[in-house]
Formats: sequence, structure tokens, C-alpha cells
Amino acid sequence: MSTRQTARPFATADARTSNGALDMPEPDHRLDRIAEHPIFKTLVHERTRFSWILTGLMLFVYFGFIGLIAFDKALLATKVGGTASLGFYMGMFVIVFAFLLTGIYVARANTRYDRLSAELVRSLAK
Amino acid sequence: MIRIAPFLGAALIGVTPSFAAGPDLGAVQQQATNWPAIFMFLFFVLFTLGITYRAAKGSKSAADFYAAGGGISARTNSLAIAGDYMSAASFLGISGLVYSSGFDGLIYSTGFLVGWPIVLFLIAERLRNLGKFTFADVASFRLDQTAIRIISATGTLVVVAFYLIAQMVGAGKLIQLLFGLPYLYAVVIVGALMIIYVAFGGMKATTWVQVIKACLLLGGATFMAGAVLYKYGFSPEKLFASAVQTHPNGEAIMAPGGLVSNPIDSLSLGVGLMFGTAGLPHILMRFFTVSDAQAARKSVFYATGLIGYFYILTFIIGFGGIALLMSDPSYFKLGADGTTYNKIKDMIGGTNMVAVNLANAVGGPYFLGFISAVAFATILAVVAGLTLAGASAISHDLYAQVFARGRTTERAEVNLSKASAVGIGIVAIYLGYVFENQNVAFMVGLAFSVAASCNFPVLAMSILWRGTTTWGALIGGLVGLVAAVVMVVLSDAVWVKTFGHPAALFPYANPALFSMPLAFLTIWAVSKMDRTHRAARERAAFDAQFVRSETGIGASGAHAH
Repeated sequence: MSTRQTARPFATADARTSNGALDMPEPDHRLDRIAEHPIFKTLVHERTRFSWILTGLMLFVYFGFIGLIAFDKALLATKVGGTASLGFYMGMFVIVFAFLLTGIYVARANTRYDRLSAELVRSLAK
Repeated sequence: MIRIAPFLGAALIGVTPSFAAGPDLGAVQQQATNWPAIFMFLFFVLFTLGITYRAAKGSKSAADFYAAGGGISARTNSLAIAGDYMSAASFLGISGLVYSSGFDGLIYSTGFLVGWPIVLFLIAERLRNLGKFTFADVASFRLDQTAIRIISATGTLVVVAFYLIAQMVGAGKLIQLLFGLPYLYAVVIVGALMIIYVAFGGMKATTWVQVIKACLLLGGATFMAGAVLYKYGFSPEKLFASAVQTHPNGEAIMAPGGLVSNPIDSLSLGVGLMFGTAGLPHILMRFFTVSDAQAARKSVFYATGLIGYFYILTFIIGFGGIALLMSDPSYFKLGADGTTYNKIKDMIGGTNMVAVNLANAVGGPYFLGFISAVAFATILAVVAGLTLAGASAISHDLYAQVFARGRTTERAEVNLSKASAVGIGIVAIYLGYVFENQNVAFMVGLAFSVAASCNFPVLAMSILWRGTTTWGALIGGLVGLVAAVVMVVLSDAVWVKTFGHPAALFPYANPALFSMPLAFLTIWAVSKMDRTHRAARERAAFDAQFVRSETGIGASGAHAH
């Protein structure tokens, strides 16, 4: 069987093959039902907010690290304990932090967002 | 002026800064033929060819060829992503950089990793929900097929071309060093094998080649780092203390050095590394090999762990090199008096051989052979992934959608893809040969910059912003692409080092800080000014795309049948 058809469920997706034609897509009622559905709105609102917060944290931590390297080398050279410098611990922290952030996102997505998605699909099937 | 781009490229293709600073990169000496390494590599080749044969028998449809039937599990895909991403360059180059300048190696390790969370939070799931085989499927979901596929395919092919040249030249040089084979042999072997993997086995074979390579590389690196730590009673503190005593720069290796002294350039490097990852076509393709968004999400999580772990290992290996190799004259070319040597410049094979020499020090000649074979396998896997991404852009985007306008058969499309893989392989061999004695150190940096300035903005804006129109994405992508390439051409690495002009016209080594925002701004401004009917229709079509990208309802499922 072809996967081409399954890839284009909505009228809009079909309209994209007719280049330059001026036909507006047929309104799709199933689509409107989803877009206006309260569960869909909750899901999108929560997930979008959460992923932008995490993105912001990652940008802050990484560019903070790069910024310190650029502007305050002396601070990073400070010894912590024996030989290892503060910069070394910060670099390791950036690596571990990146991994933890992906873990936090996946944990939340696997529980909260997947449950909302499943609820949405169930209520649409009614 | 600082030298970030040469450092970056040098780190990536496994040619060390001391080499990059020299007049040419051809200064490697062909070594004595290394038989254990060659036998182990032959074993890897035979094994992967067996996998390719099985994959070829089971690959019939376009979905099999481009996306391995969509049935790859999250764990397998995470290993394949790690395999695609951990190049020989990051292994040899970063451990070499840590060896010569200590802390500065961490700047690259962190930069290469932090793009992954961004991929996960903004791209991965939506990509899987909207696309089928290439990221152009996603970018052109509600926009004009012809225009968006052309710009996406161009971005893909430019990234693939620069990345491939750098890898081919790096492969040739490395194999001279590791196996004692002539440069041209090495380039032809790499080119021929990547053609076979991709043309016969498609995504299935390419995926399994990546998985095996990732396991070998992670296993080998774990053993080496473990052996180093074992010698210091598993105390990193003792390892660092010993390294600081041995290294000519002493305490300075624990602090940021000269690698990043210009704040603008360091930010630009960071932007390029971080967002370039989210625009690499061979990486983005991997998200179509899993069954759904959930699996795409999990594979990024596991892959981030594997890649982060790997970069921590390279750091330990680099410090192990300092502590264990620097005082042993047998790893150095000795000076005229037969006893003195420069601990950094005189390492046999250059500092990109630190990991290889350390393998000998901790595991003897057979482990040295193993690590050499792993390094070769690593290059091979990365170029195979790149070739597949390039071939898919030619057949799926340019041929099927632009030239044939969807009026083609699946069979014709796949056949063209196979032919493209052969074509790309031959061109790559030719370019690898032509560029043997050229300075290619800037090319991987350029590939990341183009990915961050063309592919990523087009993809992100088409998915995330309702207002994006075809004109906006097309012109913005083009502006980002041209800006990145022109800025690198006018920078010190090309304008002065290659063309011999007296001064660089673009003062920084990395363009991404300027070219990426320029692309986003252009997409935004042109889309805002776009008053065509088509633009209105495209904005109206955002809702349908949005619902599908957020829920996966209507997404193409697992292709296996």
C-alpha cells in the first residue's frame, strides 16, 4: 500500500500539490473540532509554555558559560578543592544539565502530554 | 584576531591546530602498514556488507529506502543518531584539543551537545508528526512544493557537500596515519563502501552501520577512559594533578585559554554549534525512521545521554594523554640531540593521534589496531549518513516533487535515489582527491553555519509561525545560505589563508551569529509584506498543520507492511 494517502488527511494537505491555484481549502469539520477542543487547547498551551521555558533555560546556561569564558576567565580558573577549576565543573554541569533537561521534558511528555493526547483522541472518537 | 574556525574545523576533521596553522595539511607521514588494524577493519566491513545484503533483500518501497520502513525502535534510533553525530573528528580532534590546551576542549564538547535539547523541545516531535522522509516534507507542508523543496534541497546539498569534503580529506589523512595506506586508496575505499551501503541497503543498512559503529566507539572509548582512571585509582583529581605537573602549560590547562578571546566570535561559534545541530539534514532524517512522535522524543533523550557521555570520555582521554604520553619519548619525534622534544608539536602523527597513541599505551598493539579500525568505521558511517541525506534531497525533493511534480512512481524515485547515491559517492571521491592539499579546516564549521542559517530557520519558521509564507521562507533561506557562505569566504580562513589576500574582509571566524538572525528576520519581513493570494491561503492552512504537528492525528504511521 502507499503511504502517500495516509500522509495527507486534511483537505489543506491535498491543496498543497496544486501549485499556484487559487482554490481555498475545503473547510474540514473534523479539523475545527480538534482546533477548538478544550483538551487540545490545554495540551498545546501547556506543552508550548513548558518547551519554551526549557529552551530558555538551556540557552541561558550555555550562553552563560560561553559568556563567562569570554568575559571572566579568571573566575573560571578559580581552584575548587584541589586541581580542578570552577570552569571544569561548570563545563561538566552544562553537559549533565542538557541531559537532565531532555529527561525532564520526556518524563512530563510521557505522562501528562501523552495522557492529554489520548483523552483528546478518545473524546474525538465519541 | 583569534582562530576559532580553523580550530573548529581542525577539531572536527581530526587535524590539530598545530597542523592547521602550518602552510598545508599534507604534512602527515605515511606510517608502516598496520595489519591488526586492517584485519579488524576488514571484519567490520564484511559484517556491515552482510547487513547491507540482508537490508537490500528486504527493502522494496520508498519508505524502506528513505526511512527503514519507519519501524526502528527509539533505543536503536538513539544509537544511530549518536553514530551519525559522533564523528572521528570529535573523537580524535577533541581529545587532541584537550591534550594540547586542556579546558578549551570543553568549549566544543558542550557546544556540540547543547543543540540536542533544542532539537527535542522545538523540532523532533513536530517533525515526526508532519513529515515522511526529508525535512523538506515538513517545511513544504502548507507552502509551495516547488519553491520550498528547492531551497531545502539546496541547503541540504550545500551542507552535505562541505561536510563530505571535510570528512573525505580527513579520512584520507587519517588512514595514511592509521593503516599506512596511500591517500588515494583510502578515499576510494571510503567512497566505494558508502556507495554500497546507501545504494543497496538504503536507510536500513545505514542505520545499522551507525548503530554498530556507535557501540564500537562508545565501547572503545569507555575502555580507554576506564583504563586511564584505573591508573589513578578512579580519582579524576589525581589524574588532573598528574596532568598539570606534566603539561608544559601547567596550571593553565585547567582554565580557559586562547581559543576564545573575542566575545563576539565565541557567541557566534556557540550559535553555529547549537542551532546547526537542529539543521543537519542527515540528523533530521533519522526522526522519520521511528514509528511516532513518542519514539522520536525518547530517541533524542537517549541520544543526548550517549553523546554527553561520549564527550566526557573524550575529555578524560585527552587528560589521560597528557598524563600518560607526554613523559614517554617513544610517542614523539625526537630533536637533533636525540633526547629533547616538544611535548605538543612533536607527537608522532600530530596531536590528533593522542587517542590512538593512548590506545597503545593502555591496551597494547591489538587495542591500537581496534581503535584505528573504529576510527575508520566512524568516518565511513558518517559519510554514509550524509550520502543518504543528499541522495534523498535529489530524488525525493528535487526529482519527484519539483521536476516530475508528483507524477512519478515510487520505483522510479527510489531508483533515482540509488543512482544519486552513486553519483554523490563518485563526486565525493573526486573532491576528496582534488582537495588533498587544500585547507579544508573551515568546511565543517561552514556546514554547521549553513545548517543554522538556512535549514533551521526555514524549518522552524514554517512549523512554528503561522505568518510564514512561501516567499518569506524562500528568500529568507536563500539570504541565510548566501550570507553564511559569503561571510566564511571573506573571513580569514578562506580570504587570507586560501586566496592569499592581505586582510580578511569579515572580521570573525564564525558567521552564524549574524547570518542566522538575518535569515529569521528576512523570513519574517518578506512574509509580512507578502500580499499574494497564495500567502493568504498558506496562512489559512496553518491550523491544519498545527493540529497535526501537535497531536500527530493524521501523521504517516509506521510504514512497515
